[in-house]
Amino acid sequence: MPDDVYVKAASYLDSIDVVEVQRGPEPGGVGGAYRAFGETLRGLKTTMSRLIEGPLTIEYPEEKTPVYPRFRGRHKLHRFEDTGLEKCVGCSLCAAACPADCIRVVAAENIPGERVSSGERYAAVYEINLSRCIFCGYCEIACPFDAITMGHDYEMADYDRTDLIFTKEMLLAEPIERTPLKSEGEATEGAL
Amino acid sequence: MTHLLPLGDTQFAEATWIMIAKSIVIFAVIFGILPVLTVVERKLIGRFQHRYGPNRVGPFGLLQPLADVGKLISKESFRPENAVSTLFILGPLLPVFSGVLALAILPWGDVKNGVGFYGIDVPIGILYFFAVGSIAFYGLLLGGFASGSKYSLLGAMRSAAQLISYEVSMGLALLGVIMMSGSLSLVDIVRAQGGVWYIGPQIVGFLIFMLAGFAETNRTPFDMPEADAELVQGFMTEYGGMRFGSFLLVEYMEILVVSGIAAAMFLGGWMGPGPGWLDPIWMLIKMFALVFVFIWVRATLPRLRYDQLMTLGWKVLLPLATLNVLVTAILVVVT
Repeated sequence: MPDDVYVKAASYLDSIDVVEVQRGPEPGGVGGAYRAFGETLRGLKTTMSRLIEGPLTIEYPEEKTPVYPRFRGRHKLHRFEDTGLEKCVGCSLCAAACPADCIRVVAAENIPGERVSSGERYAAVYEINLSRCIFCGYCEIACPFDAITMGHDYEMADYDRTDLIFTKEMLLAEPIERTPLKSEGEATEGAL
Repeated sequence: MTHLLPLGDTQFAEATWIMIAKSIVIFAVIFGILPVLTVVERKLIGRFQHRYGPNRVGPFGLLQPLADVGKLISKESFRPENAVSTLFILGPLLPVFSGVLALAILPWGDVKNGVGFYGIDVPIGILYFFAVGSIAFYGLLLGGFASGSKYSLLGAMRSAAQLISYEVSMGLALLGVIMMSGSLSLVDIVRAQGGVWYIGPQIVGFLIFMLAGFAETNRTPFDMPEADAELVQGFMTEYGGMRFGSFLLVEYMEILVVSGIAAAMFLGGWMGPGPGWLDPIWMLIKMFALVFVFIWVRATLPRLRYDQLMTLGWKVLLPLATLNVLVTAILVVVT
């Protein structure tokens, strides 16, 4: 049985153009040494060109990696610019869409005269547990009022898990734009 | 006049205090260069890999060696239970000793106002370098053997095997220069290069010497005794603290010594345009150019296999060096 397989494989090999692999001279001896010397010089040239090109390092704490415009970073809650009312009406669709179950919304009725949001209800409690969030952006898609969007901030490390539960006030606060954005040209180019 | 030490063809003796002053200056300068060399190497390797290298401690990371040495000194100098204690302590000391000895013969300039700009002009110059350089290997061997660890022993065995594969070719590579200049003394060899530097007629010798120099200093591509990947630093495995530090120190000192010998033998030593007081500067520049080559090669080449070094040493370098010696001998006799 195995013989059959071999015969088949052999006939298959005969049918295609078999190109002999180009090999250098055997290692050791004069030919090998000559080839190794040439290849060494080629390697030295390569490293020297790296030296001339200079470092590509982004020195992180001082200098931040620019993100793409659609980068999904820390969430932001929004207000209407003219009235200053919150866009969120406390519908909990984001919480329903969230696969990681990290959003908690408790809605309350708006009292006329002390309106918080533009709709009938508003989010009395809006919390995102960033230690559970997977930054999928489903909340952004689910939101009918564009009240929640994914921002550009990616520096969210903290010393305590409880500090990672972001409340409504924190999410509403005017974000400090710490994260640089890639320019138009950079965004279309591939890496490097 | 009686001489304590055998002097070369210079046939003059310097006052004892001049000799002491010279040795202090050479010692201080070289030991001042060594820490700079460590940081220069790390920065250059970084640049070769599109990185910056150390740049956190002090301006441009220049204080990095201080931090390194501070760390090494504050560490415990421990000793494994089954180590041979005397030899274990002697291990790192011997290479330092031999490295410092080799510094003595590096020529930094000609004789001026009765003072030679070198530690001492030994009439057997190059033989002295070989004799002293080989002592360093006893340090590695003893250190590896006395550590009582498999890895250390393997590293030590490798360094022994490495020694016999390159040392012959290294000697033969220098023989061409010695024949052309007709002297073993480094000072005389440099003087003989007033016209043409020996790197021209002895290019083969120079390449073989540098290759063997990589092996002598245990640097890539011949760093099999250390081999951090498979032998976890080889003979240094069981060393910690400043004993480990002195092994590192020796590595850089050997680089300087080999570069210095190569600069003196092939690159015209202190020869260069400008007034006489520039001589030591020229020597330093040439040395650093060769040190750069050492670092460049380290950034480029992977470690060779054990048998590849043997093959290279015995089958390529030795015949080449012998051929070089033969051709040089014929040419020297004919012309």
